[in-house]
Amino acid sequence: MSASTEAKLAVARVAGAISRLRGGGGTSLPGKLLLRMEPHAVSVLAGRLQRGSALISATNGKTTTAALAASAFGRAGVSLVHNQAGANMAGGIASTLLSASRPGMRIDGELGLFEVDELWLDRLIGELSPRAVVLGNLFRDQLDRYGELDTIADRWSAALDSPSGLRARLVCNADDPLLADLGRERETVFFGIEDDSLSLPGMSHAADAKHCRRCGAPYLFEAIYLGHLGRYHCPSCGQRRPSPIVYADQVELEGVRRARFRLTTPAGSADVDLALPGLYNVYNALAAAALATALELPLATIVEGLQSTGAAFGRAENVTVAGRTTYILLVKNPAGANEVLRTLALEDGEHDLLGVLNDRTADGHDVSWIWDADFELLAGRVRRVVCSGTRAAELALRLKYAGVEPWRIEVVEDLAEALDSAVAGGELGTPLYTLPTYTAMLALRDLLVRRGEAKSSWQ
Amino acid sequence: MAVSSPILRVCALYPDLMNIYADRGNLLMLERRCAWRGIGFRLTSSSLGDPLDGSAHDLYYIGGGQDRDQRLCAGDLHEHKRTALHEAAARGAVLLGVCGGYQLLGHSYALDDDEMPGVGLLDIRTVRERGPRLIGNVAIEVTLEDLDAGGEDSTDRAAPKPRVLAGFENHGGRTYLQAGAEPLGRVLKGHGNDGRSGYEGTRAGNVIGTYLHGPLLPKNAWFADWLIATALGVEIGELASLDDELEHRAHESARRAAGLAAA
Ligand SMILES: [Zn+2]
Repeated sequence: MSASTEAKLAVARVAGAISRLRGGGGTSLPGKLLLRMEPHAVSVLAGRLQRGSALISATNGKTTTAALAASAFGRAGVSLVHNQAGANMAGGIASTLLSASRPGMRIDGELGLFEVDELWLDRLIGELSPRAVVLGNLFRDQLDRYGELDTIADRWSAALDSPSGLRARLVCNADDPLLADLGRERETVFFGIEDDSLSLPGMSHAADAKHCRRCGAPYLFEAIYLGHLGRYHCPSCGQRRPSPIVYADQVELEGVRRARFRLTTPAGSADVDLALPGLYNVYNALAAAALATALELPLATIVEGLQSTGAAFGRAENVTVAGRTTYILLVKNPAGANEVLRTLALEDGEHDLLGVLNDRTADGHDVSWIWDADFELLAGRVRRVVCSGTRAAELALRLKYAGVEPWRIEVVEDLAEALDSAVAGGELGTPLYTLPTYTAMLALRDLLVRRGEAKSSWQ
Repeated sequence: MAVSSPILRVCALYPDLMNIYADRGNLLMLERRCAWRGIGFRLTSSSLGDPLDGSAHDLYYIGGGQDRDQRLCAGDLHEHKRTALHEAAARGAVLLGVCGGYQLLGHSYALDDDEMPGVGLLDIRTVRERGPRLIGNVAIEVTLEDLDAGGEDSTDRAAPKPRVLAGFENHGGRTYLQAGAEPLGRVLKGHGNDGRSGYEGTRAGNVIGTYLHGPLLPKNAWFADWLIATALGVEIGELASLDDELEHRAHESARRAAGLAAA
């Protein structure tokens, strides 16, 4: 650490200020610039955090899990440096650390809480030497960018076996066989669901990672809760799902609004009333609770933290558009989309929908994933659906083959026109459900902010 | 229809393992387009260790999978299903392989230090070489002589008119056509078999392999119909026409994504 580092921080800060003045959200730009001047800036700045860092990675639920954990740490009075805008690669995390850093080698915060992109986790474990690493789930996602699940699992495994990885406390989803296999040989805080009433009749088509990492035989599932998450064992070598020490039972799902469950940790049990919908958010809450447990927060504080968390940006967030309650339900890969569709199916009646399928880099250029998602869950449940985005017609076709009658489907590529059509075409007083991919969600939110219907995420 | 209550009998090979690029969409496309026309549809699957009947199905489908799963399937295919697939091909059944499934229809797939055997129905060899995976939207031009000589709306029956297949490719392997192989099509946009030859896919009679997913058939409904007709042994003109407005728009969308002008 030197005076020259302080100078580089100052330069990067100015660059960030200029980018904000120009109106760019540009959360990762100053960090990227800083990393170009000082490649180990993340390590240097995070070294100032008294309580170290915790990293959260997963295919789905990173942002929500981090928000839930942040809420619990906030209740406990721990001040955080947290990349809450979701910029989760090295540049974004460097930016977050940069904006918390203060002159004289100080930093405004005790604990770093970072959601991390799956492909960046190994490098960031090396840079940050985190106290804890949370692995939430690993689903098939954007194959053109992320590649095969096995490849990601191998990279994670190598990073966890590195000296910095071995020092971290691993917090891991016991119900995901691929992840559980990474946590077996160490002192891992496993979390999971223990509620057979939630078990699905069979594995969904999008399910992956069904083979034992030790011997290669397919796992047998006694219960499947979500995608390939469930209770399983290997008939060949006897490997089984580890028993979670943080778990949920007595789960009750209440449509797109809330979920209730009983949370058990080594400190005891408590009822949780979560203001987030769906089983996928129960998993996010468990991951956050397990991290907070690993970092020794009291159970009551954890429960308060979970219960006081609202929807994260674009994740089941709702706004009012022209008098209609409009839910923004991010869909970006088959497993995540299936959970949103399942949750939506819990709501009675026929729905008005706006689906927005984009194929930009952050969405994945390959839109084939829509055929792995169970849009069949919407058959008979759609009053009217407007399809928009760069690949609108392909989403429309998917819905047709899922059993939605073609006369209920409208294709409007332009998002603003599509939103108008979706709002105006439906029944006043009933909700509108929007299902956007990642960049579509950002565009939709932007549109709503400009119309004064939603708050900017950069505040 | 010329055929009285026909049934399309489809066998999906390893649907639990070779399904990574939304291969389900291809099967769903066949199923619905048969159902809407009153054609029966019977789907059977055959996975690891299962027997395969080379005389019982009109169309055999094999999709793509992760390396590890593909390796498992290659061994099983070679050991338990190769003879049946040769029998099926010899009697004119349609065999469609997409991505990893395409590679396994050839002679071999050399990956790092080992070589997966193929079933040898296509005269191709695939090699995983240094260099990036070939990823992106793709459009190819195919000419199917038995489809529509002279084109969709033409009365000129002289020369077959080329058609476009649009899709997405994502493969580490480079596929090389050997002396006896004919490509499925000519690359208009994208990489194709090896990124250099300008060819995509391979066809030997009714055995067809391609790297196009996305999936293939939803983006190219006309090709789904060609497969249905060919598998049933009827002229494509004998299939009842359907309201394909959304199918056409989806095809246009995929073409546009590949950088091709509208038809
Ligand atoms: Zn095993």
